[in-house]
Amino acid sequence: MKATLQIIHKYNQLSLEFSGELTLYTISKLQKDMSSLSSKEITSVVIDLHNVTFLDTAGAIFLVKLEKDNHNKGLKSSVSCKNKTVLSTLELVKMQRIITDFEEETEHSQKSFLKKNMMKIDGYFHGFISFMEFFGKLFMTKIYYLKSFNNVRFKEIAFEINESAIKALGIVALTSFLIGLVVAYQSAFQLKLYGANIFIVDMLGISILRELAPLITAIVIAGRSGSAFTAQIGAMKITQELDAMKTMGFDPFAFLVLPRVIALMIAMPLLIFVADIMGIFGGMIVSSIDLGITSDLFLDRFREVIDIKHFYIGLLKGPFFAFLIASIGIYRGLVVKDDTQSIGFNTTKSVVESIFAVIVCDAAFSIAFTNLGI
Amino acid sequence: MSIIQVRDVQTVFGNKVVHNGLNLNINEGEIYGLLGPSGCGKTTLMREMVMLQELSSGSIDILGKKVESITTEDAQSLRRQWGVLFQFGALFSSLSLRDNIALPLVEYTDLSTHMIDEIVKFKISLVGLKPGDAALFPSQISGGMKKKAGLARALSMDPKLLFLDEPTSGLDPISAREFDELILKLREMLGLTIVMVSHDLQSIYDTLDRVAIIDEKKIVYEGSIKDVKSSNSSFVQTFFK
Repeated sequence: MKATLQIIHKYNQLSLEFSGELTLYTISKLQKDMSSLSSKEITSVVIDLHNVTFLDTAGAIFLVKLEKDNHNKGLKSSVSCKNKTVLSTLELVKMQRIITDFEEETEHSQKSFLKKNMMKIDGYFHGFISFMEFFGKLFMTKIYYLKSFNNVRFKEIAFEINESAIKALGIVALTSFLIGLVVAYQSAFQLKLYGANIFIVDMLGISILRELAPLITAIVIAGRSGSAFTAQIGAMKITQELDAMKTMGFDPFAFLVLPRVIALMIAMPLLIFVADIMGIFGGMIVSSIDLGITSDLFLDRFREVIDIKHFYIGLLKGPFFAFLIASIGIYRGLVVKDDTQSIGFNTTKSVVESIFAVIVCDAAFSIAFTNLGI
Repeated sequence: MSIIQVRDVQTVFGNKVVHNGLNLNINEGEIYGLLGPSGCGKTTLMREMVMLQELSSGSIDILGKKVESITTEDAQSLRRQWGVLFQFGALFSSLSLRDNIALPLVEYTDLSTHMIDEIVKFKISLVGLKPGDAALFPSQISGGMKKKAGLARALSMDPKLLFLDEPTSGLDPISAREFDELILKLREMLGLTIVMVSHDLQSIYDTLDRVAIIDEKKIVYEGSIKDVKSSNSSFVQTFFK
């Protein structure tokens, strides 16, 4: 597959003799060969294709453009060729180009800086509105379905509890165990300086039960189950399963959304309870090794100084966090567009947004409870 | 001259035999149809031809290369010589139509951006889309347009051979007939050899030169569409009634 170009000047006539195969792969070389040509003192150009053995449409487009360029420069231009297939390819391209040129429209209007930003803000606003719409629908469905006990889809809820909570037990337990270990280890060093070894129990008890266990659990669940919700529902949307459900009269909110939200709200306090146990256990191990506080002493002190309210506050946060994680995850799944990239984009968004929402919610709780004196 | 030769092809999935000794010949410049009841393995055979699926045994010879024992380089060069249109277009959803069509040109040639734009514009008008459609994304266009855009992408490298998987399925009758005409026109203009899987009876009669009918794991008929009724396969008797 080779193409060559011979350029011959004759008085004021330029002849371009092409030979070989003019295809996708060869024309960029020819284009380079031609770039050095100057059109001074030339009045006519002859494009000679007698030795061209094969011409594909890309080659033909190249030749037609060449001819047009010459025409625009005011040069006389002609093509000489005897090969019928080459000519017919050339003819085909010419014919199509006339149609395209005619239909061509220029829509390259530059958007101004202000307009671009306004559109962005508008986009955020619409995003917020659609999230509110989702919330509204969620509550409507909740009220409508919980009116009667028979409407509750226990099987789906149980399935979701297993999928997104029971199967997450291991990772939640391990993470909170390690967090308990690390927090105890770091504070043991500081407490030893003051000889206040025994206060590690107060510190661990309050921080883990109130804050750390619920937060760690929520973050693990957001990363694990929230993203799974987005991906599952997003994939169902792309394959039109959601549309199919709607046409059959199965409300996706009742079948997909509510079971997940309820399941996570039930399971989250249970997971937090496990995280409490494991976190304190981790702290207890460090206390006995590093500070010489035996587990008996640790548990005695724990019963004395840690109020039951800290435990309840920790558990109480669970359903709220679960609601945020599940609803953001599912909302992100529902807004997936008709392309595959959108799933990845929305999954990322779902995890980031739900972790952020959980932390904001936790801060709000923290302020509220402190002010209430709890 | 035959451009594709299929010899004694056997395909087995697990313990299910799909093809048991298929033989067929596809000649240069013809529009060849693979027909048969659903589940008979038409699409599987096409996937084997374009090297998406391996044969269990037998051989397929395409453009002088044997696909069952092909080197990586030969396979790459073969892949540039054919175009494949999938049933639902299979356009890359993250790219605009223009970028979808330009992708093979950008990857495989050293053409300038301007030249690629010209080629894309030409292919778009060739398949009957409007120049303004180039900026759209696959999620913004209809099923018929997706097929046309898929065809434009399949044609972007000027292939000699075109594989079409159910080109008219999911189109309304008018668009389907237009698509048939487009295929005939393209064959005429670009000298293509076209292999297609189809269920659309009208399209079968209008476009195909020769057909192979797969039934009961074998080819029950191969030849011109006119004489198809001479076959006494039960599928042919019911389908071409």
